[in-house]
Amino acid sequence: MSGQAGSAAGAPGAEELLEVTLRVNGVSRTAGVPARRLLSDFLRHDLGLTGTHVGCEHGVCGACTVLLDGEPARACLVFAVSAQPHEVTTVEGLGSDPGALGPVQRAFLECHALQCGFCTPGFLTTVTAYLEDTPDPTEAEAREAISGNLCRCTGYQNIVSAVLRAAELRRGATPEPTP
Amino acid sequence: MSTRQVGEKVQRREDPRLLTGNGRFVDDLGRGALHAAFVRSPHAHARILDIDIGDAWELEGVEAVYTWEDLPGRVAEPLPVLIPHPALTHPRTGYCLATQEVNHVGEAVVMVVARDRYLAEDACARIRVDYEPLPPVVGIPAAREAARLVHDDVPGNVAATLLQEVGDLESAMAAAPHRLTLDLAVERSASTPLEGRGVLARWDTDDGSLRLYSSTQTSTGLRAAVAAKLGLPLAKVEVVTPDVGGGFGVKIVHPWPEEVLVPWAARVLGHDVKWTEDRREHFVSAAHERGQLQEVTVGFDDEGHLLALDVRFWHDNGAYTPYGIIVPIITATQLLGPYKPGAYRVEFWSLYTNTVLVTPYRGAGRPQGCFAMERTMDAIAARLGLDRAEVRSRNFIQPEEMPYDQGLMFQDGRPLKYDSGDFPASLAALKALVGWEDFEGYRAEAERAGRRVGLGIGCYVEGTGVGPYEGGHVHVETDGRVNVATGLTTQGQGHQTVLAQVVADELGVRLEDVHVTTGDTRAMPYAVGTFASRGAVMSGNAVALAARVVRAKALRIAADALEVSPDDLEIADGVVSVRGAPGTAVDLGTVAVLANPLRYAFDTAAQAATQFAGTFDPQRPPVAEDDEPGLEGRDFYSPTQATFANGMHAAVVETDPVTAEVRILRYCVVHDCGVMVNPMIVEGQVHGGVAQGVGGALYERMVYDEGGQLLNASFMDFLMPYASEVPHVETDHLETPSPLNPLGLKGAGEAGTIPVSAVIASAIEDAEGIPIRSMPISPPELWALRQQHAAGTVTAQEGPS
Ligand code: FES
Ligand code: FES
Repeated sequence: MSGQAGSAAGAPGAEELLEVTLRVNGVSRTAGVPARRLLSDFLRHDLGLTGTHVGCEHGVCGACTVLLDGEPARACLVFAVSAQPHEVTTVEGLGSDPGALGPVQRAFLECHALQCGFCTPGFLTTVTAYLEDTPDPTEAEAREAISGNLCRCTGYQNIVSAVLRAAELRRGATPEPTP
Repeated sequence: MSTRQVGEKVQRREDPRLLTGNGRFVDDLGRGALHAAFVRSPHAHARILDIDIGDAWELEGVEAVYTWEDLPGRVAEPLPVLIPHPALTHPRTGYCLATQEVNHVGEAVVMVVARDRYLAEDACARIRVDYEPLPPVVGIPAAREAARLVHDDVPGNVAATLLQEVGDLESAMAAAPHRLTLDLAVERSASTPLEGRGVLARWDTDDGSLRLYSSTQTSTGLRAAVAAKLGLPLAKVEVVTPDVGGGFGVKIVHPWPEEVLVPWAARVLGHDVKWTEDRREHFVSAAHERGQLQEVTVGFDDEGHLLALDVRFWHDNGAYTPYGIIVPIITATQLLGPYKPGAYRVEFWSLYTNTVLVTPYRGAGRPQGCFAMERTMDAIAARLGLDRAEVRSRNFIQPEEMPYDQGLMFQDGRPLKYDSGDFPASLAALKALVGWEDFEGYRAEAERAGRRVGLGIGCYVEGTGVGPYEGGHVHVETDGRVNVATGLTTQGQGHQTVLAQVVADELGVRLEDVHVTTGDTRAMPYAVGTFASRGAVMSGNAVALAARVVRAKALRIAADALEVSPDDLEIADGVVSVRGAPGTAVDLGTVAVLANPLRYAFDTAAQAATQFAGTFDPQRPPVAEDDEPGLEGRDFYSPTQATFANGMHAAVVETDPVTAEVRILRYCVVHDCGVMVNPMIVEGQVHGGVAQGVGGALYERMVYDEGGQLLNASFMDFLMPYASEVPHVETDHLETPSPLNPLGLKGAGEAGTIPVSAVIASAIEDAEGIPIRSMPISPPELWALRQQHAAGTVTAQEGPS
């Protein structure tokens, strides 16, 4: 058979578009998308917020973790339409200016808690929410807190250090970490 | 004077971008591009009878549907055999889209291009492919038995067989006072980067040119391969590697079918096209590694000295061999580790199976080799009742024997000749770090508390930084900005920082003024790629050499301008000044202005280089015959052979007497990769490597059923370790510089992974008193071993042979 190109008018499966409005990082954003559009795809491809990454699309790796009303959620397991009632925070909302890092971001930099950086946004959002609830974790608690996110590069050790360092930075202390 | 950057724990230049959502991975690019999706084979082995695309192409938003019959010319031909080898007598590669036959689940059969991925997958679901299933060959025993064949024209399923021998094995073995035989097995695992593969093609119809973005470990290799496939001049193809979310080996393979089809479709459709691999696709259509069965026979004396080592192993290469037999060659050669084997004979068979193809994954055959050697060392110690570390040390190559030629041919076709290393010092450091001598006390104490603990050890040597070459280009702009380009790609190793450190030192500029580009064929068209722990060694030295070229030129021009001898000048913080007279100085930006004679001044600074400014010798041309305009330089580093890094690991594990669960209580690493440009980054590489090793030792495997279905093709079922499974790693470093390159570097990327399975097996064996011969090991497997051992059905297979 030969390559078939072009789409016929009135073809099967034309999708209904819904107008979806989300508050993302404090700003109201709207796009017309099908009901099945995942929040992860909506953020990345419709809104251009590509900091949220997709590593598995089945809820295991945590790379797509965003905050919904401050709570970590897997954006690959949520439809964009159903996120409408919530305030969405992505990694860009934690600080989008490379020259002005937030405390968790700074801690990751100081502790070399990222290599390829693909898993990193999911860790940053997860840790941000965690430290809201647990501002002064022990090392074991810090390890437990990040145990729902996969990283293939770092072996997690420096991420654990970064959680502890971020807690310090949030409390306003700034002594240099022991690398 | 600027502070020296090499050797410092410099924070990474790339991090602020990556931490703020400003990274640019391939799927972050190409808004508005069309999306490709693939119909893939559900069968491990089948003939394709018919493809019915039905009404798929009529779906709203579907732009094209392609099968093999639509592919023109070389796009329709088999993919290249990237690394031919005389022993690879039966290489086989797949097609971009399968024709006639499929040889593993996941092989691409039909390509759909649509407005978005959702629609492309809808269309895929409407396509019917009629198959005639054929009996599959799954697992090494079935491949070896060869009752069924993967490829009809490959007898015995043997892609390659290779024998290497040093010394007279037969007589050395016959004369040995002791002999043991071990049957060993290592399961499949895979690189599994968090970001899968992905490609975006931009076809410029007006210019007739292609720009390809790919999540690859080799931009230049991909460029050449795609140009050849599409019949385009190299000048019309550029490959840009954006941020890459991990590679670990799998992305060195090229071109992947999708890397040919996506640009081909972009050209046909006159539109950007992209494809982003999903997780299931990565499991079933990228690549795996590790699977081997091994048989080791060793002859040794009463003191545990090796006299003869005879190794035969069977390597599962999956359905195709695009990457040749690099993995088993590495196993065969790197198996020797830090030891003198006496007479050595190694023979392997690389076998086809109807499973995903096998190409290097971090460690690349070394973990299997290390497993074979280190299990053997423990077996000798057990047989003779000697301390396991002592047996190892008795067989070490001594520092004064360096360079040491093992007499074999390495994976780069060059001699396996160790350049340097101090193995006794490494072992002493490891024993101190883990508390080797005190362990029996700890064990006794644990026993009193009803706990079962064990101590394991593993040593390796890793050939790193193989050739043929890498290049560096250094360019100083008129504002003092220094652009550095090297062609190999980056997947998280921090090259933007490490290479900037090297250039800052060599050139005498501030780190923040150095900007590094990797993996972009526009900036550096000559390169090989990132694999075999070669990034820092190859490109580090290449950019150092290039920086030296630029430095010499800057000194010459500045000497002219300042009317002094170049020998009296120094460069620090981007300023060339007369030694001892810091007032007499010119900054590098100005030198860059002077380096490029101008007719037109583009700004005030540039006026200094125009034709009526200053004085010149009318007898000489503005650009001397042996010179070029601009303050820039390029050089290449091409070594005669690999450098050899080494390391030794030890672990303390606890095994649960009831559940047989294995917990790693301590993990210690002593590591020698020569001079460390950035110890923080080296340490990070070690941590990550160990974590992958732990995955391979205790959790990860590819579970194929007898029909060739991969049963655990998701992160739900493939147990990649989380933070809760990975131990804290304690490290100590030696720095034995390599004499082979200007910076004294050896590679560090794979080191952490190599001995982990061997170490954990050693520790479990020590805890349980049961020989561990197969890895990974799960609690049910250990539990079953205990039962067999208690029933006397596990004989430690090391009976005299
Ligand atoms: S992409 Fe959502 S959890 Fe992996
Ligand atoms: S830094 Fe690469 S996956 Fe975590």
